[in-house]
Amino acid sequence: MPDVRVCFKEITEDPTLSFAQKARALALAAENSLEYPKLDTQTAEALEERVICDMYEGHAPYKPRYVLPDYSVVLTEGSSWLELAPATTLDEAINTLMIAYHHVPSVTNMPVFLGHLDALLLPFCDDVSDEALYSKIKLFWRYLDRVLPDAFMHANIGPTDNRVARTILKVDAELKQVAPNLTFIWDPQLSSEGILALACDCIIECSKPHIANHPIHTAVFGEEGYGIASCYNALPLGGGASTLTRLNLYEVARRSKDTEDFFATVLPHYIELNCQLTEVRIKHLFETSGFFDSFLVKEGWIHKDRFAAMFGVFSMAEAVNLLQEKEGRAGRYGHDDSANALGYRISEALAAAVTARPMAHVWRNRAMLHAQAGLSDDGGCTPGLRIPYGTEPDPVTHVQALAPQHQFYPSGVSDILTLDETVRNNRAALVQLVKGALSLGFREFTANIAHNDLVRVTGYMVRLSDIKRFQQCGGSRINTTVLGAEAAETGDILHRAPRVVAHEFTSR
Amino acid sequence: MNLPLAKVSRVLTFSCVDGPGNRLVLFLQGCNFACLSCHNPHTMTVCNHCGVCVPACPQGALRLVDGKVSHDGQLCDDCDKCLDACPINSNPKVVEMSVGDVLALLKKNKPFLTGITVSGGEATTQLKFIKALFFVIKQSESLKDLTCLIDSNGYLPEHAWLDLLPVTDGVMLDIKAFDTSLHEALTGRPNARTLASARLLHAHGKLEELRFLLVPGKTDRPEEIRSLLQFTKELSADLPLRLNAFQHHGVRGEALEWPVMTEVSVEAIAALLRMGGLNHVTTPAVYL
Ligand code: SF4
Ligand code: SF4
Repeated sequence: MPDVRVCFKEITEDPTLSFAQKARALALAAENSLEYPKLDTQTAEALEERVICDMYEGHAPYKPRYVLPDYSVVLTEGSSWLELAPATTLDEAINTLMIAYHHVPSVTNMPVFLGHLDALLLPFCDDVSDEALYSKIKLFWRYLDRVLPDAFMHANIGPTDNRVARTILKVDAELKQVAPNLTFIWDPQLSSEGILALACDCIIECSKPHIANHPIHTAVFGEEGYGIASCYNALPLGGGASTLTRLNLYEVARRSKDTEDFFATVLPHYIELNCQLTEVRIKHLFETSGFFDSFLVKEGWIHKDRFAAMFGVFSMAEAVNLLQEKEGRAGRYGHDDSANALGYRISEALAAAVTARPMAHVWRNRAMLHAQAGLSDDGGCTPGLRIPYGTEPDPVTHVQALAPQHQFYPSGVSDILTLDETVRNNRAALVQLVKGALSLGFREFTANIAHNDLVRVTGYMVRLSDIKRFQQCGGSRINTTVLGAEAAETGDILHRAPRVVAHEFTSR
Repeated sequence: MNLPLAKVSRVLTFSCVDGPGNRLVLFLQGCNFACLSCHNPHTMTVCNHCGVCVPACPQGALRLVDGKVSHDGQLCDDCDKCLDACPINSNPKVVEMSVGDVLALLKKNKPFLTGITVSGGEATTQLKFIKALFFVIKQSESLKDLTCLIDSNGYLPEHAWLDLLPVTDGVMLDIKAFDTSLHEALTGRPNARTLASARLLHAHGKLEELRFLLVPGKTDRPEEIRSLLQFTKELSADLPLRLNAFQHHGVRGEALEWPVMTEVSVEAIAALLRMGGLNHVTTPAVYL
């Protein structure tokens, strides 16, 4: 049998995959049996060597990686394609959303963005009692986890203190489900102390939500707004991201003679190649795939000109440590001022190069820099800008070392702080840490509390008990468990404080 | 003016177990009790520069210079072999810090801090330093909203407390035992001063929290628990009471033979105290 058919056969017979997971794996394998869009030799080589990387997204991009619809359109105007009238009650609104989610594609085929749920649902809540609201949200949450079991699926709430946001936090802490992922958007001018405290209680229960820094994101995205999708991706609302490609900074450092060579020659070279890879993929999506003829565009859920290109980087820690070695300096990333300063310099150079390079079909004609959280098979490389597993300093030192980096990464950066369990008896400490981090310029704050069953692997949640079960007998209802299990094997995650290691699917 | 220096065995910029919110914690070296159950025994004594620890250091981080032991933080990898070698429960890594040094640390970490806690050892053995430090914090525009707390065994006499309280926001007080001979057996000192301190601090509205270490067969006995309930209630049923559980982590010597306190027993005692009318009893989040 030809290779692809062997691969198809293996997928259909894989005992650890559910039939839905098999269908998705088969589709990806079929797509990957096509020719890759035409790349020039240098770019193809760099991709082959994985200095640059396409996130194994598939050879024929026919849908954007992340789609962030403005769901208020379908709620207030209905949809002629889906034959939906505008919603008039809370039941109708939730039902419309449940239908809408099924028509929103993404890299995993499940929606990665569920909308600003409190803003979307509040207008329908006037005559709804607290008890009714609670039970409707609880059923909605159960539906999301069971029908769309993907931890990349992300709901947003905040910045105001309101009934829906409070109910969602309560339900989420109670159910401790893997899906959906959750971000609370915090704004010191708009968010009350009470709702921040509630969000921190929820973090203590289940390591969710993330806290997003609203003033900083608003400065980037302006009036038209943004959403936090998948893990830590801040993207234009009513649009999203066409692609995510990424640069392995360690591989770049490895190919450099010294720091001078790195900055003057090697880094700019690979930045350009990664941009070319991005352009080729986006060109296919925009000019060949026909995606933007979809009813999503016609009805105004999304706009063709609001799709970003995410320029990801990872393995900053290994890159800095290697360059330090080449310069004969001992200081390590995250712990030493000269190493940290080198890290800032790399980010600054990346940001300058990306902002200087125009790109067609892309929101504001420029790619957006992103500290990429990792794939499940990035063995040996630390996600994004993080300090390597097991060597992190205390949370305050950790935040201070990384805070100056955040300004360079408008489409998101994730640092996971691991806190020990003693914080359970002292929520005020967590609140203080959140405020400290955000006031120093953290775009997103994410914490794992040790010994929670529900933990983050790179940006998505998994249950440790699911991973254990998966490893023992195979198979999980939830897509991200598979990734978590891979990450656990290659990324050391279970040996230390809980955290998240990987992102979407790898090609297997 | 000759400002006092502190002997500091450790500084933490993140602690959620030394009072409300996140606190910078200074662990001061030296203690006036000698608790068998101590889980930080190397903080007990001030170094006498005998030099015994110097050859024990595998990194060559310790040297005797002009009869004084000196520690090189760059070479040290925190293996703690020197602590095991020290015959008098001291620590060659102790540094001297001035009030200005601590202020600089506080300023650097200010956005993350709810306050500062001085702990030990027994913090109040370095009374002058604490007083000077807290005084300056209260005078500083940028730092005065930080709460200043002390972690203490309560051995400090009344006049000294009265001197310290105007610049102190609160004290977390450890009571090791109510039966004074048991207290003496556990700590080497009677408990009259500790109990008096608790009453005094409470009367001044400065008793932030009472702490009680449960040791199986010793301080978990019914008569101890009864005294704990009665004593706390006499102060206030709303006073925060934190139960700690004796564990082996960090402990040295004969106390390692004692059994550890289990979560089940701690929770049972907590339930008893709550039933007895105490409104703020907390139990450990972790057992190690
Ligand atoms: S902890 Fe003590 S023994 Fe170990 S390296 Fe440091 S000074 Fe030397
Ligand atoms: S730390 Fe102990 S062993 Fe070392 S010099 Fe001081 S007293 Fe002696």
